[in-house]
Amino acid sequence: MSEATVTARDAAPPAETPEMELFHARSWLTQYVFCQDAKVIAIQYSGTAVAIGLVALALSWVIRLQLAFPGAFAFINAEVYYQSVTMHGMIMVVYMLTAIFLGGFGNYLVPLMVGARDMVFPFINMLSYWVYLLATLVLAASYFVPGGPTGAGWTLYPPQSILSGTPGHDYGIIMMLASLILFIVGFTMGGLNYVVTVLQARTRGMTLMRMPLTVWGIFAAAVMALLAFPGLFVACVMLLLDRVLGTSFFMPNIVELGEHKNYSGGSPILFQHLFWFFGHPEVYIVALPAFGVVSDLISVHARKNIFGYRMMVWAIIAIGVLSMVVWGHHMYVSGMDPWFGFFFAVTTLAIAVPTALKVYNWVLTLWRADIHFTTPMLFALGFLVTFVNGGITGLYLGNVIVDVPLSATLFVVAHFHMVMGIAPVLVIFGAIYHWFPKITGRMMDEGLGRVHFWITFLGAYAIFFPMHYLGLLGVPRRFYEMGQTAFVPHSAELLNIFITVTALVVGFAQTIFFFNLFRSLKHGALSGGNPWRAASLEWQTPETPPGHGNWGKTLPVVYRWAYAYSVPGAPEDYLPQNAPPIAGEHSQ
Amino acid sequence: MSVMGLFFVFIASMSVLWLWRQGVMSEDWLEEGDVANYSGSARSSPSAAKVGLGVFLAVAGCLFSLLTAAFFMRMASPDWQAPPMSSILWFNTLALVASSATIQTAQFAARRGDRDRIGPWLAASGAFALVFLLGQLWAWRELIDAGAYASGNPANAFFYLLTGAHGLHLIGGLVALARTIRRAWRDRQDAGLATSVELCAIYWHFLLFVWLLLFMMLTGKADALGAICRRVLA
Repeated sequence: MSEATVTARDAAPPAETPEMELFHARSWLTQYVFCQDAKVIAIQYSGTAVAIGLVALALSWVIRLQLAFPGAFAFINAEVYYQSVTMHGMIMVVYMLTAIFLGGFGNYLVPLMVGARDMVFPFINMLSYWVYLLATLVLAASYFVPGGPTGAGWTLYPPQSILSGTPGHDYGIIMMLASLILFIVGFTMGGLNYVVTVLQARTRGMTLMRMPLTVWGIFAAAVMALLAFPGLFVACVMLLLDRVLGTSFFMPNIVELGEHKNYSGGSPILFQHLFWFFGHPEVYIVALPAFGVVSDLISVHARKNIFGYRMMVWAIIAIGVLSMVVWGHHMYVSGMDPWFGFFFAVTTLAIAVPTALKVYNWVLTLWRADIHFTTPMLFALGFLVTFVNGGITGLYLGNVIVDVPLSATLFVVAHFHMVMGIAPVLVIFGAIYHWFPKITGRMMDEGLGRVHFWITFLGAYAIFFPMHYLGLLGVPRRFYEMGQTAFVPHSAELLNIFITVTALVVGFAQTIFFFNLFRSLKHGALSGGNPWRAASLEWQTPETPPGHGNWGKTLPVVYRWAYAYSVPGAPEDYLPQNAPPIAGEHSQ
Repeated sequence: MSVMGLFFVFIASMSVLWLWRQGVMSEDWLEEGDVANYSGSARSSPSAAKVGLGVFLAVAGCLFSLLTAAFFMRMASPDWQAPPMSSILWFNTLALVASSATIQTAQFAARRGDRDRIGPWLAASGAFALVFLLGQLWAWRELIDAGAYASGNPANAFFYLLTGAHGLHLIGGLVALARTIRRAWRDRQDAGLATSVELCAIYWHFLLFVWLLLFMMLTGKADALGAICRRVLA
């Protein structure tokens, strides 16, 4: 590139987004509560998600206490146990992980990373959060209705979810379905924003193929969520009608407590199709943003450009597309046509190809890199290992003949906790340690961060590795008591006690994280604008934390991709995306 | 299932086309400096609101495709008994067609810059849409009078569910339409009015299209359509 063209291009004026009027807060209430600034909405989303997530964490202790010490605690009867299992699963998957990745990180990072002033529809964005909060409150309120929350398992399969014998079959299930419907309505408003912001509000020079992978991950996940959540929506509405109006969408001819119910001919399998049509993409709705964030963490903290950028983008898209056609692998035991089973097994195993590509590219990014073992990097590496572990057991379960005996055992529980529980949560922690300086202007404590990482990482393995073994022994999931199961040896009980004690320790150890978080808000070391010397756009804001409108007077102009690290000839070992080209700069 | 398949092939091809046009195949990350083919301002590309509506229609389309798929899967069971179709549905369909036609006229007026005509045509469209909704409620009442309750037969339940979902979408559209009408009457210099009218028109045509498909399904004409498609393909 000659110097003449550089100066000519330099002179190009930065693009303004003409059609967008920024929202301006007029009072304390509109600045901090009913705020339309995506950054404030992000904090609200994350705070709510973490709060309800802590409730779900406490519920997991209830489950674990019962499994390790059956009957030892008077307050854990079968009803409470099943309600805890259900609420733990539903909260963690939908109300915590989905909300924090898309509502939290999506809102905070997407406008900053693509160089926009805000989301394109700020009012709808604000509405999205308030509907989400309402959904969360309705869910929590189900603890206070007669009969308590539903205990149908997070899959809410009819017919049992609305028949007596299942806890909360009278009001709890109605609250749950209403809450999910609200959540989906709220999410659709947010999802529209993330997608349209990425498509329409990118700043000058920020082409699709220069976007950081975090944005790609969130974008693909938002598109998938917009197409997958209608499945859950339809299932919820129809189940609600079955419960309230007595329709027979899903309810077959059935006798309840000796009484012939008025239902006839409905298909519970239809519900399973609709549910898993949402349920499987949901895994990748959580995983794709995590993939994106991890790519950025690894690249920044290894001071090296991401290996195979285009491959990473296409892998995200391929995973997104494939994950829409694999839902049947959750239904191998529902008595499906063997040809369907074959089809779903093939598509499921095919997902391993783009996923493995991503893993190889992460590893190759680390290869001979200048790795800094900062807390975010530790969490990113922890994710890498955990995701590979969880992914490999996924290959087992994707095969019909292996899945049938393992179905509904703790092996499945261990698999999905590794792959979509622990792995994304490690990314969330890493991302918080990484972006905390941008959000607050202060660093979190490194030492406490490392202690937190090692306890969480090793603890998670101590919890879920033995669970694979229990699953192989045939210990079933969701059972309140083992009863007369002669095939479960005594050692399984000891292992269960070990798992429970570890779970309690790891759970309480999270106070280290919260202590660090709140202490650093006030007393953390001042970070400056770009403590990690990162190249992507969100670190180049004129103010830290970014002010209202993000970019001061003019929007930034982007000259290169987000991974210009260790560029030969550059004054520092990174080149910000918006730094004008230096003379003689060449492709990486 | 084939309904969902068709829908997803459509969505996927639209997305790929879109990404292609946005330059997903270029190798920008290897280039330094401003990108040569960057379009600068958003003059040639559609507005954010229009893209937003497009994405929303994809979501709504997904919702209706799933309902349709569920309809056909449930229909296969032996207890399916289609309710008596009231002839008012034909009248309603005409009202919705008229609503779509009038809103299109309003859009033509907006495109010509003929501001005096926009308001009345929009109002006419809204009135036709209200007639459609009242007609749908009338159809519900007739069914209930005939003893065809939602709990009686899955075919009845699907009738209420599909018409209800479609009606709710139309009510949402009417809120947007009412705001557009207010803008058309109030502010002469409103530059964004033409866009609003266009967005309303797109949404109206979409709902008309969905209704025509639903109407065919509910009256049992969908099989005939399927047969024609098969013959054309063969």
